[in-house]
Amino acid sequence: MAEPLLTVADLRKRYGALQVTDGVSLAVHPHEIHAVIGPNGAGKTTLIHQMFGSVRADSGQIRLDGHDITRLAPHRRARLGLARSFQITSVLPEFTVLDNVALAVQGALRSAFRFVRPARREAALNEPALVALARVGLHARAESLAGSLSHGEKRQLELAMALAAKPKVMLLDEPLAGAGPEEAARLIALLRELRTHCAIVLVEHDMDAVFQLADVISVLAQGRVIAWGPPAEIRRDPAVRAAYLGEDF
Amino acid sequence: MSQPSLRVPLALFAALALVPILRAAGVPIGGFVPLLLERVMVFALAAMSLDLILGVGGLISFGHAAPLAIGAYTVAALDHAGVTEAAIALPCALVASGIFAALTGAVALRTRGVNFIMITLAFAQMVYFAVSSLSDYGGDDGYTLYSRTTVFGRPWLEARSFYVTALVVLFLAWLLLRVITASRFGRALAAVRQNRVRVQALGLNAFAIELVAMVIAAMLCAVAGVLLANEAEFVSPAYGSWSHSGDLMVMVILGGIGSLHGAIIGALVVVLAEEGLGRLTSHWPLIYGPALVLAVLFLRRGLAGIGGSRG
Repeated sequence: MAEPLLTVADLRKRYGALQVTDGVSLAVHPHEIHAVIGPNGAGKTTLIHQMFGSVRADSGQIRLDGHDITRLAPHRRARLGLARSFQITSVLPEFTVLDNVALAVQGALRSAFRFVRPARREAALNEPALVALARVGLHARAESLAGSLSHGEKRQLELAMALAAKPKVMLLDEPLAGAGPEEAARLIALLRELRTHCAIVLVEHDMDAVFQLADVISVLAQGRVIAWGPPAEIRRDPAVRAAYLGEDF
Repeated sequence: MSQPSLRVPLALFAALALVPILRAAGVPIGGFVPLLLERVMVFALAAMSLDLILGVGGLISFGHAAPLAIGAYTVAALDHAGVTEAAIALPCALVASGIFAALTGAVALRTRGVNFIMITLAFAQMVYFAVSSLSDYGGDDGYTLYSRTTVFGRPWLEARSFYVTALVVLFLAWLLLRVITASRFGRALAAVRQNRVRVQALGLNAFAIELVAMVIAAMLCAVAGVLLANEAEFVSPAYGSWSHSGDLMVMVILGGIGSLHGAIIGALVVVLAEEGLGRLTSHWPLIYGPALVLAVLFLRRGLAGIGGSRG
């Protein structure tokens, strides 16, 4: 198997008396969907935050494509190829759909300090943005205001923005949250497509989706990885069943 | 990101240009009105520069009178030293205000919300008390210029030329800000206002973007300070007072936040209200205050938004 793109080694984070991340290690390989599941309060979102840099780990190491990113600021991690979608959709509501994605392209180019040319007319930004929009099936709404999109469309836009940055690894925090069954089916197909472009770390509550999509699943409980492996193994694992207390999946 | 239509701003500039055009045509316009409009244009420039950070960037700076005072005191200090040339005064004012904004901004931008408002106010008060204590330049009493600043030796800031110069500077500043807000930088700045964390996640350095915006705004405001010193032929610590910072915010918000040209309308209304209501009654703030409250409540996009040009 190829070298892992993203590795997390013995990561620890404590909030007061609460050990939210207690020695988590995992490895994400190219073109792999690595799902992180676990009961509420297991520390999944905190883990994503630490990977992305919005929360700093107390100890441990995070490596992305050979770089130690443990202490880097979020925008520096993004520049190294880490993209993130948000649990609460956070597109820029006053911009058009196209402008949202074009800004993501701008981010990938690390280009904020150009003061003269009108950004909205720059083909170098708009063309890659339109490609990303087409890929998630949102190109018809390019000129709509992002704030006017439906919930599912905002999710698609999030993915297009993440894609436009041409990331090596995408961190997706509950991309299906709040989506209806039809939207969910469309988003699942989309995620499967996205895997051909980059590796994905997926935090998701929808177990059907997780078992359909994931190549590897890490199960988190009380800040620890209690099991990891391919979906079929995880389904049989007694420790996982105990952690979920008989919730079926 | 859609920019407002050009009709309203161009009509404003055309209206302001009427004074010199009529004068050139031989109509003797003198006295009060052009002097008032000169003041309007100077404050419009200061307010417009504030609109870049307040309207586009969403940074609620309550200290924008500081670069205004820095620009004005640069003129005073050089005047005191016998230098009255804009080719020297302007670069000095730009550098001084730019450094001030870079240093104070680097500190202030580590805070958000109310803390940012308070810290920008605190820095501006430091400037206010600093210039109040400069006894060479009159201390509390202010400083009367020996002569107005020349521009490459030409008397462009004297008498009637001042009006044209102020108008040209205001127009150029408006063009510059329009270009900047439409650029990659402007888009990133507007994005930071909407969602800072998101912009960071895209790989852009929100802190650097905001800091550069603060430096640009301060430098433009210092130009207004240079003009203000010449317009009044007098420099006072009051230029840097918190109430001036407040006035500039009122101009931006009343005129139409983020619209740029709204600053001209806002400056016009505020200057005229102070003059006009001041003549009516010495208790004019009793009318001005409630009017302001109503305007903020009912004109969400300010006076510039009344035409509905922003769709």
